[in-house]
Amino acid sequence: MNEQPVILTRGLTRYFGGKPAVEGLNLEVPRGSVFAFLGRNGSGKTTTIRLLLGLLQPTRGEGAILGHDIRQLPTQARARIGYLTEEHQLYGWMSVKECGDFQSRFYPRWNEKIFRGVVGHFHLRMTSRVKDLSRGERAGLSLGLTLAPEPELLLMDDPTQGLDPVACRSLVESMIYLTRRSDRTIFFSSHQLADVERVADYIAILDRSVLRVCCPLETFRKSVQQVRLRFPGPPPPLPEIPGLLQAFRSEGELRLTCVDYNGTTEQALRTLAPVEMERVPISLEDAFISYLGERGEKSFILSETEAQP
Amino acid sequence: MSFRIVISTGSRVPIYKQITDQVRQAVVTGRLAVDDQLPSVRALAEELVVNPNTIAHAYADLTRDGLIESRAGRGVFITRKRKVFTPEEAWRRLEPLIDAAVGEAMALNFTHQQLKDAFEKKLGQWKQVKGGKPDNE
Repeated sequence: MNEQPVILTRGLTRYFGGKPAVEGLNLEVPRGSVFAFLGRNGSGKTTTIRLLLGLLQPTRGEGAILGHDIRQLPTQARARIGYLTEEHQLYGWMSVKECGDFQSRFYPRWNEKIFRGVVGHFHLRMTSRVKDLSRGERAGLSLGLTLAPEPELLLMDDPTQGLDPVACRSLVESMIYLTRRSDRTIFFSSHQLADVERVADYIAILDRSVLRVCCPLETFRKSVQQVRLRFPGPPPPLPEIPGLLQAFRSEGELRLTCVDYNGTTEQALRTLAPVEMERVPISLEDAFISYLGERGEKSFILSETEAQP
Repeated sequence: MSFRIVISTGSRVPIYKQITDQVRQAVVTGRLAVDDQLPSVRALAEELVVNPNTIAHAYADLTRDGLIESRAGRGVFITRKRKVFTPEEAWRRLEPLIDAAVGEAMALNFTHQQLKDAFEKKLGQWKQVKGGKPDNE
């Protein structure tokens, strides 16, 4: 086991014209992990990935990738990183095979078997021209080109975006295949929580330029809890509840979603004197939405109830 | 083997728990018997398209609870039943059945004593059949 994280940033910050795109990011990606980078649109995910690759310079803060300073990434370190973007440079007139041959010249470690394996997994023919490929097929070709040099670290910026379910599944299968080598790390941003649930063992959540979560997926799932409180009559108004994310009110029932649920939370809830109090499991998607959605007090159902005389 | 693990994403139940639940269920209902083989971590990960660590987590839980064991160089097998459920889990499963029986008995106007006697009688019969074993553990 290599203890040094594959990606490590401290206070990484990037401004665009006086506005922060990424603010004080402390990210730690363990070697061998499948790491999902989550957040709403415009939260700073792409900026972060570009900073990590040295394609953008940080305003302040620091970062290391494979042990190298991201401000001056040596070429040989760059060659150990695979970067998959939608705009993979593909020439329309080339065939699939020619794309592979062309790319292989830049990489001493090129593994033709992997290239053919990935391309075959997406049902591409070596003779097809790039310009005739569907979006999913192009994604398969890009993935083949990215994986054939056997990168130690694979960075993917929203790889399943715009892909049909079959192509999405092929991509996720390729990610699982990659975990056969336990020293390979995958870092990907995504909105597809079903895929994240399948493949990720770590997640990070960016919320408006700030990193809010960076932990094992299972830890996140356990920390977001839903509690159902039953009352004989209308539920009482809510006091200050530590870690409250969202509250839903219905006749005789309060349903609260809380983060870092612990003894203090429970005590605060007991003061409401419910006749019954029950913790209910919550799906990853619900946990994520509670986390990034509007916080409790602003919930429209609550304000509507409170507006009543 | 007819036993197949099926998982779904988006569930309230984490994937590792879906796997352990299904194996437990299959053992309890007899669809999986002692010495039946389960797929390797890697094989199941690729079949279900799930991170191998998730499968390893499920298998570790099942091993800890004595349902499966890893036999060197041969694979993962259902083992002799020792402790299928944790005490909490066993109680969680039993309690609703007791609640239902007691509730029904009350609705049918049985007295506490009649119910206790009925329970004692049933337990006595069970002891005779199984040769007597007062406690679960």
